Amino acid sequence: MLEMIYLDPLFAIEVVVSGLLSGIMYSLVALGFALIFKASGIFNFAQGAFVLFAALTLVSLIEGALFGVKLPLLLAAAVTLVIMVVYGMAVERLVLRPLINQSLIILFMATIGLNFFTEGFAQMLWGAQVKRLDLGIPEKPWEGLRLATGITLSVFELVAAAIAGVLVLGLTLFFSKTTTGRALRAVSDDNQAAMSVGIPLQHIWAVVWAVAGIIALVAGMLWGAKLGVQFSLSLLALKALPVLIIGGFDSIVGVIVAGLIVGASEKFAEVFVGPYFGGAIENWFPYVLATVVLLIKPQGLFGEKIIERV
Amino acid sequence: MALRKLATALLAAAALGLPGAVQAQQNDGTQFMLVNAYWTGPFAAGGSAFGGGMIDYYRMLNERDGGINGVKLSWEKCETQYQNDRIVECYERFKGHNGGLALFHPMSTGGAYAVLERAQKDLIPVITIGYGRTDASDGRVFPYKFPMLTNYWSQNTAKIRFMGAQEGGMDKLKGKKIANVYLESAYGKETIPVLDEQAKRYGFSVQHFAVAAPGLDQKAVWLQIARQLRADWVILRGWGVMNPAALKEAERVGFAREKIVGVWWSGSEEDVVPAGDAAEGYISAAFNGSGTHFPVIQDVIKHVYDKGNGELPRERLGQVFYARAMVWAIISAEAIRDAQAMFGKRPVVGKEVQQALEKFAMTPERVKKLGAEGLVPPFSLSCKDHEGGAAVRFQQWKGGKWVPIGDWVAVDKDMVRPMIEASAAAYAKEKSLTPRSC
Repeated sequence: MLEMIYLDPLFAIEVVVSGLLSGIMYSLVALGFALIFKASGIFNFAQGAFVLFAALTLVSLIEGALFGVKLPLLLAAAVTLVIMVVYGMAVERLVLRPLINQSLIILFMATIGLNFFTEGFAQMLWGAQVKRLDLGIPEKPWEGLRLATGITLSVFELVAAAIAGVLVLGLTLFFSKTTTGRALRAVSDDNQAAMSVGIPLQHIWAVVWAVAGIIALVAGMLWGAKLGVQFSLSLLALKALPVLIIGGFDSIVGVIVAGLIVGASEKFAEVFVGPYFGGAIENWFPYVLATVVLLIKPQGLFGEKIIERV
Repeated sequence: MALRKLATALLAAAALGLPGAVQAQQNDGTQFMLVNAYWTGPFAAGGSAFGGGMIDYYRMLNERDGGINGVKLSWEKCETQYQNDRIVECYERFKGHNGGLALFHPMSTGGAYAVLERAQKDLIPVITIGYGRTDASDGRVFPYKFPMLTNYWSQNTAKIRFMGAQEGGMDKLKGKKIANVYLESAYGKETIPVLDEQAKRYGFSVQHFAVAAPGLDQKAVWLQIARQLRADWVILRGWGVMNPAALKEAERVGFAREKIVGVWWSGSEEDVVPAGDAAEGYISAAFNGSGTHFPVIQDVIKHVYDKGNGELPRERLGQVFYARAMVWAIISAEAIRDAQAMFGKRPVVGKEVQQALEKFAMTPERVKKLGAEGLVPPFSLSCKDHEGGAAVRFQQWKGGKWVPIGDWVAVDKDMVRPMIEASAAAYAKEKSLTPRSC
């Protein structure tokens, strides 16, 4: 392995940088999970299905599935945004609100049901066909970089990383600078204490689920453009899980850092370690990493340490 | 009294365990066909075409001809989500339904492995047209398994021949580097032995790259192929989302799509349309023609879609997977027709269809009469050969449609058959089976 790196260090750098860019894409999906967990303590198993629903809705609107009118990308994105916000709020109202004060495992189970419902509902509404989503971002390698260094990085991945960065920055500012954001953090720390000082829990939860819907739309757009819009988008949740475990379920920054760690390490492992195991290790390698982190720091690298006095 | 009950129960249990003792429900006078497919789940885009296309053909036969020799066809859908456990469940639920299954399409290589021994015991032919398992082509060891038309190993020999022709001759393959990108599954792994054998024979090197299902992110694999191995050709043995994801990654790392040859499960509209411009120039194998110009598909349009009874949106008619479903349905219906010719014009059972299949001949005249010239290649089966070894055609994605490249390419039977017989013999030994003499 070391010999391979020594012989072609530029290739090793390319593998790691490509992995970092892939990792940002994982973080994008993981953000939706982290946001809901941070505000309500619920692990929303349906976040992957939300990504699928958002992407399918967007591309169907572009293709004229609604009354035969083909919407331009930006308008379709705006309509999808509204639909996702409404869907997120409906989930809060119809599924979670009736379960307030139930244990977290009950809420988690509810989101498992929600996952299957959302997957089926999306396919029933918009069909099971694979669809193309063109955001107008070139997929080709960045020629300037290739000519100068021989490294091939795609323009699409660089743009996707930039979009993810903007989203994280926006969410960080939202949580730290706005009243609603601070209320969200208060609810996250202790929802009963938050309610006692007049923070409306139901309103806050509705906001959280709506924002999760927006994140799902952004993730759905980028992943849909990357892979095509199809059912497998809902499986992205499996890529997000080790990111959450490593970064900490309730840390926005942690999710980003963990995404980078997962992306870079899994690509590095696949290329330089995979051949010794017959390949295809990049799917399970992040889970090994996550297990190691769990053993050393159960709350994740950036998760809030839980101290319970008994 | 208790003893009598016990004896009855034991007799019933024993009867259930006997070969060919499927407890078939009363037949209603129709020929029951199970449509075992996947309309939901990660692979629904392909599965819906398979299920819908087969039903369209059966419905057309009922409308146009009153069924097969006056025996109407009836069918039930069973949703598998392309999962082996569900395929087995569908098989068990319907094997005795409405007179029993005359044949069974698992619609998955993994599913074919899963029902193989059950179907053998129940005397129900398992039809796997264009998929595994490959060594079941030896009918002496696998009497109830029919990997028809062209098996995976044969397809692979045609692919290497195609690459050789593109290079200017098979001798030009010497020293070339081929990357085999495969889905980590029973289906994906099936061609590794034959590729290794071909590499030895023709002097090229082959490196196998496993992609874990479903294959959403293949960056590492394509970096190795394009930047480290610098492959001359890539064989893409994917399924579902893995295919467009591969083509997109190939574009991102700058690997020429004209040098990627997909298997026929990587060569449908569903595989290339989501990849957009990244798919331009990509080549794939095919065992069937596509398009709506075939008389048989025109009949489906006339007798089914024009009456508002179609299973799919009209724009999907004639696409690769839809045409493939037609091929499956045509062969299934013709097998039943042959069984009727042997045993009488009535609903037939699995054992009878198995006998008909071992004499099955899809001659060029028969193909023409069926209105499927260019859609189904001619082939014939025997007790010993359950495959047929039909030729393979290659197609290239150009300007938003599949364009055929050259003529059908013959498979290398001389190379594949001994490998099949060796593998089947090993299976027979492992299972303590005595191969039939044919």
